[in-house]
Amino acid sequence: MTAFGWITIFGFVALLTALALPLGRYMAAVYTGGHTWLDPVLGPVERLLYRCFGADPEQGQDWKAYAKSLLWFSLAGWVLLYIILRTQTFWDFTGLNPLHYHSAPWNVTFNTTSSFLTNTNWQYYGGETTMSYFSQMAGLTVQNFVSAAVGMVVVVALIRGIASRSGKSLGNFWRDLVRTCLYILLPLSILVALTLIFQGSIQNFTTYLFAHGLTSGGAQHIAMGPVASQEAIKELGTNGGGFFNVNSAHPFENPTGFTNILEMLAVLVIPAGLVFMFGRMVGAPRQGYAIYGAMMLMFLGAVIVCYIAEAHGSPAQHAAHINTALTHGADGGNLEGKEQRFGIAGSALFDVVTTVTSCGAVNSAIESFTGIGGAIPFANLSASETIFGGVGTGLYSMLLYVLLAVFLGGLMVGRTPEYLGKKIEAREIKLVAVGLLLTPLAALFSTALAVASQAGRASISAVGKGPQGFSETLYAYLSQANNNGSAFAGYTGFVQPSAGNLGSHGVTFADLLGGFTMLFARYGPILFTLGVAGLLAGKRVSPPGLGTMRTDNPTFVILLIGVIILVGALTFFPALLLGPIVQGLTGHLY
Amino acid sequence: MKKDIRTAVTAILGLTLMLGILYPLVITGIAQGVFPGNANGQLVYQHGKLVGSKEIGQQYTDLVYTSSGKVKLDDGEPVTTPDKRYFQTRPSGTVPADNAAATTFANYGPNDKVTEQAIASNAAAYLSLNRPYDPSLILAQVPVDAVDTSASGIDPDISPANAAIQAHRVAAIRHLPLPTVMALVHRFTGQRGLGFSGEPSVNVMELNIALDRARA
Repeated sequence: MTAFGWITIFGFVALLTALALPLGRYMAAVYTGGHTWLDPVLGPVERLLYRCFGADPEQGQDWKAYAKSLLWFSLAGWVLLYIILRTQTFWDFTGLNPLHYHSAPWNVTFNTTSSFLTNTNWQYYGGETTMSYFSQMAGLTVQNFVSAAVGMVVVVALIRGIASRSGKSLGNFWRDLVRTCLYILLPLSILVALTLIFQGSIQNFTTYLFAHGLTSGGAQHIAMGPVASQEAIKELGTNGGGFFNVNSAHPFENPTGFTNILEMLAVLVIPAGLVFMFGRMVGAPRQGYAIYGAMMLMFLGAVIVCYIAEAHGSPAQHAAHINTALTHGADGGNLEGKEQRFGIAGSALFDVVTTVTSCGAVNSAIESFTGIGGAIPFANLSASETIFGGVGTGLYSMLLYVLLAVFLGGLMVGRTPEYLGKKIEAREIKLVAVGLLLTPLAALFSTALAVASQAGRASISAVGKGPQGFSETLYAYLSQANNNGSAFAGYTGFVQPSAGNLGSHGVTFADLLGGFTMLFARYGPILFTLGVAGLLAGKRVSPPGLGTMRTDNPTFVILLIGVIILVGALTFFPALLLGPIVQGLTGHLY
Repeated sequence: MKKDIRTAVTAILGLTLMLGILYPLVITGIAQGVFPGNANGQLVYQHGKLVGSKEIGQQYTDLVYTSSGKVKLDDGEPVTTPDKRYFQTRPSGTVPADNAAATTFANYGPNDKVTEQAIASNAAAYLSLNRPYDPSLILAQVPVDAVDTSASGIDPDISPANAAIQAHRVAAIRHLPLPTVMALVHRFTGQRGLGFSGEPSVNVMELNIALDRARA
């Protein structure tokens, strides 16, 4: 461990908070129809889009109408993306498929389509050996934007339900969708993309280049493409699907230590900003600070443990008698599967940032993290996106947990549970409980199916023996169920002997099970969340009295963290014991 | 319902046009206009030939020939041997090593025997390459970046400690004074991003090109 490592971690937290506060104010203005300084530029575009869509942005929708619009939009997005990916060679006339790559097989494409639609960005394919530039732009980049927007509008609808004083309207889906893309995601993406290029990311449509090398053995082909534009929204939308196979470890995606910080900020700034936005929209900023505090405490705990574990080094290194201590000119630690320019702290922090959110971009090989360091992403996924989480998805998962904590707290002190003046009754808490259990259910059911069947075990990598193979499988379905998308990348659903998908085939079992897991664990919780929003919207607000349990003080923060850890631990601990924990505790080699 | 479907279809098509076509084109236009060097990958040309990119690690090795031609491995990849005149990059998990058109993690698990074997063999190779020129070099001094596989497989950098060890070999082979080589190492050592982010890193491509110039 180094002082610079700790400065990286705590400096990052300070920067994040400083940026998320104003962004939260701005987003509240965007969703409540207030004026923003982008109105003169974007207003006409916004109105043009409504006219094209034939949507009336002023028409209020109850939760059922809101959900219906959301589902039709998602279905249309799924079909279009599947068609684009399966007709890859058809688009050769655009010149955006310089290597004339064929489409991936139907099963891999099913997985990829479901993956990008659900904001998961689980990738069974390698970007530079599978996708044309056209597929990356017109297919994947678009879903990077709109899948993020769908997550954000759901939390906005839930907040409106909590804050509403009368009526059943949760707002208008089309208006929220357009304003999210236009006023929040697009301007930030342009800003981040240009900064990335300034630091060394590439942005071109050139074909892959052949470099002769300085020596006779140094010849290499270098993949090119419109990287920065996709990289920016990949982080900002907590998507995480890399342009290249090695994702943000690739020097063209993440060229410097500076961009490493920038990308981590881009991942977390919207989820963190939404928390502050929530406080403003319900008219009680302190409520937002309390949730932010709970998230940040869990976040810091995860980062600190992960950094210490990775700086210590791995059993395999020590068995090979490698010196993993800090020495002059090298920071030591477990640098297996990590990049020199990010170092241990920059990799550990990125790993936590990407797994607490639903991002899943990686700048290092999670499979090569130490047992304890690797247990952290597991724990983060087990917390079901409550530690900031994906854009929108994180805050609505957290708010469901808040309602659960309010309910439990109310029972403990013998009061009618209420949150921000709204009574939490049996009907809401039933929806909350089921909504929260859908994701763990999908993860554990799929893992059990995959390790118990020959077809499932076919995906385990050749080197993944013993607990490592179990960890790979558990991580795969935990990640897909949480719509995260990071991976113990040895686990495979696509066998591609040569670039361009000729002679390649998908592992149908892993592709389909993963695809259905992602769809189920995305749209199930969304519907339950909108249902809760609908129920809350119709309730009258009662003024806080002496008996009201406060939800903006440290006591509540601790209760909330306790509930999250309890539910996560009860659900996942037995499975975690069999994989990462046994590796972290023994130091045994398999 | 019909209206919902029509709206959904026009919405995804309209947003595809705006976010999937116009947005990347505009960014590409600005990038090619303002930062053409970066946007095209910081390419390095020598005598009109493209030799590589400053941002992408490459192998500084020579092909091995016998009287019957190139020696090849079972998988068809040519056998290579490190070119001792040049600083060497980190171990790579791609096939072949430093393949910038098909990147991949090595995915070595922390508790796997194969990981230990890979690391031990990397360490042995590193020692046999460098110890002849620095007899005091021992295993405990070998920095982790020299034996651990990089994430991308095309990591362009090594640690300053790694460079300082290799400098003995490079200086001896090229008949340059060690301080001259070390001065170049310092020149191409990038500091931590923003002063704190990441670790100091030596760009191997820039360093090797500068070495060739120093000789001339």
